[in-house]
Amino acid sequence: MSFRLRAALADRGLDAGLHVESGETVAVLGPNGAGKSTLFALAAGLVRADEGSAELDGRVLFDTKSGAWVPPHARGVALLAQEPLLFPHLTVLENVAFGPRAGGASRASARATAERWLREVDAAELADRRPTQLSGGQARRVAVARALAAEPSLLLLDEPFAALDAGAAPALRRLLRRVLAGRTAVIITHEALDAHLLAERVVVLEGGRIAEQGPTAALLERPRSHFAAGLSGLNFVRGRTTAPARLAVAGLGEVFGVVPSEAGEAPATGEDAVAVFRPADVAVYASSSGLGASAPGADGRGGQDSMEEPPHGSPRNAWRAVVAELEPRGAQVRVHARAGDAAIVADLTPAAAAELDLAPGAAVVLVAKAAAVTVYAA
Amino acid sequence: MPGSARPRSRAYSGLPRWVYVPAALGALFVLVPFVGILTRVDWLHFVALITSDSSLAALGLSLETALASTVACLVLGVPMALVLARGPVRGRRWLRSLVLLPLVLPPVVGGLALLYTFGRLGFVGRWLDVFGVQLAFTTTAVVMAQTFVSLPFLVVSLEGALRTAGGRYEAVAATLGAAPSHVFWRVTLPLVLPGLASGLVLSFARSLGEFGATLTFAGSLQGVTRTLPLEVYLQREVDPDAAVALALVLVVVAALVVGLAYGRRAAGAVAA
Repeated sequence: MSFRLRAALADRGLDAGLHVESGETVAVLGPNGAGKSTLFALAAGLVRADEGSAELDGRVLFDTKSGAWVPPHARGVALLAQEPLLFPHLTVLENVAFGPRAGGASRASARATAERWLREVDAAELADRRPTQLSGGQARRVAVARALAAEPSLLLLDEPFAALDAGAAPALRRLLRRVLAGRTAVIITHEALDAHLLAERVVVLEGGRIAEQGPTAALLERPRSHFAAGLSGLNFVRGRTTAPARLAVAGLGEVFGVVPSEAGEAPATGEDAVAVFRPADVAVYASSSGLGASAPGADGRGGQDSMEEPPHGSPRNAWRAVVAELEPRGAQVRVHARAGDAAIVADLTPAAAAELDLAPGAAVVLVAKAAAVTVYAA
Repeated sequence: MPGSARPRSRAYSGLPRWVYVPAALGALFVLVPFVGILTRVDWLHFVALITSDSSLAALGLSLETALASTVACLVLGVPMALVLARGPVRGRRWLRSLVLLPLVLPPVVGGLALLYTFGRLGFVGRWLDVFGVQLAFTTTAVVMAQTFVSLPFLVVSLEGALRTAGGRYEAVAATLGAAPSHVFWRVTLPLVLPGLASGLVLSFARSLGEFGATLTFAGSLQGVTRTLPLEVYLQREVDPDAAVALALVLVVVAALVVGLAYGRRAAGAVAA
């Protein structure tokens, strides 16, 4: 009792597999154009695969080898698209009753089912409205009710929070958390928060391939792909270990770090490994006068004594870099810099950024204490 | 916008002033000839003229056949538009051009084509003749001629509506468990209803005015194939007053049809 799909579609550069246990919610993460929506279209039967197969609860949905293909309406796969797409000519109640009616339920029983699901999503009072009379958040809630009323074996949610005003997102998030519990579902999202709240497992799709997958918390804490690291707000470099906690990174040099205490995470020497560190743990120094003027990291851990000289004593990393962009983020300034081939971000206070007179193109030295850099097997 | 009054535009239109001159000239060019007809109407005998046997027969026949051909356009044209807009068809462009051919063809050529196909000596008609079925110069031929020239009007406007609507609602409906026929009746058709309505109105109006193809393929038999336009043309030689009176009737019927349909569409647009 589960969903399993493996498909290739040359047109969209997709070649990936997906497995969802019964009652499990899996989050699919990935940059735009990674093939996430195509994966959904394949599962729902809206696009045919060049090669591959899918199974849901032991039923074959399609198999290019045997030529089997179940049309979308017979799959039991409901797709909640990025837009609510409520039928504009039907009332809210009729929209939600559409699935049961299509499944052969009588008018009265479809109506009862629709009313039940509208109550479930706190939208009972909207029953007689037209879709044009709903706010964005209300329309999403009704769309969720409509999908669930069809009693799908598998629910696919394609960025349910996309283009939703910030005020409406938390309520919808709570609603989805409630209705997705114990349901076999896949959710496409760009937010680490959604993955944490809604999904037990995460699959990262990059360039049409699965970049990594694993339990949500573990994967986002120890990302092994650029995308997942970005979602978790971490700097991420990939290299090969030269010593247990030392990483040779092409175009950047050696990176010193510490290995995590968990068993099995420490890389063996000569193995592919990754290093992650928080932007707040990166200090920025102006490089014009050697390693002269400096500013501590935004969290102040750089300390007053490091204003004149970069910190000595404890092992540290120092990389020559060029500022690419400055991005104000609330009370901080995020410095996007390129050190060799690596893109590294550092968070500073606006005062520190101003003192360093940072601007795109400025040469800087980035410093990260080895203790703040975690190195683990890729 | 629902509930809002008819937008009396106060926004900057951006139109160059000179476009109003040719626009007004064009409007006059279309409207003034109707004044021309009105000035020639013999109002004294108007009622008598339009209620003569031949006039009533022509009017009745016109309404009947135009209605029948509109139904034929509905039954044949909706599936054609669906296949053209959504079907996995190869050579869609060629197919569309062929379907639209009657639109650009002189109706008299269409009539000839029909005659040499379904007439007694036509390659289909010869075969039908064996079974005792003769189509040419019957009321059925009138309906066929009208359908032939009107079908593209329905197909074009409905295909446009289908393309504009896109297939996203249908995809959602399918993932909710609705089989293709259910989706067609409950989603596709309601969504393109305005486009379908305007297509039907255009088809009906075109059928009502059909002349060349009808005359060629169906002839001009009073009560059988002589529709209102044919009667007008015939009376023009014999009794110009009757011709003018009947022409006015055609104008009024056509205006009623278009006005009714437009009014309903405007109301529908507000409700949607």
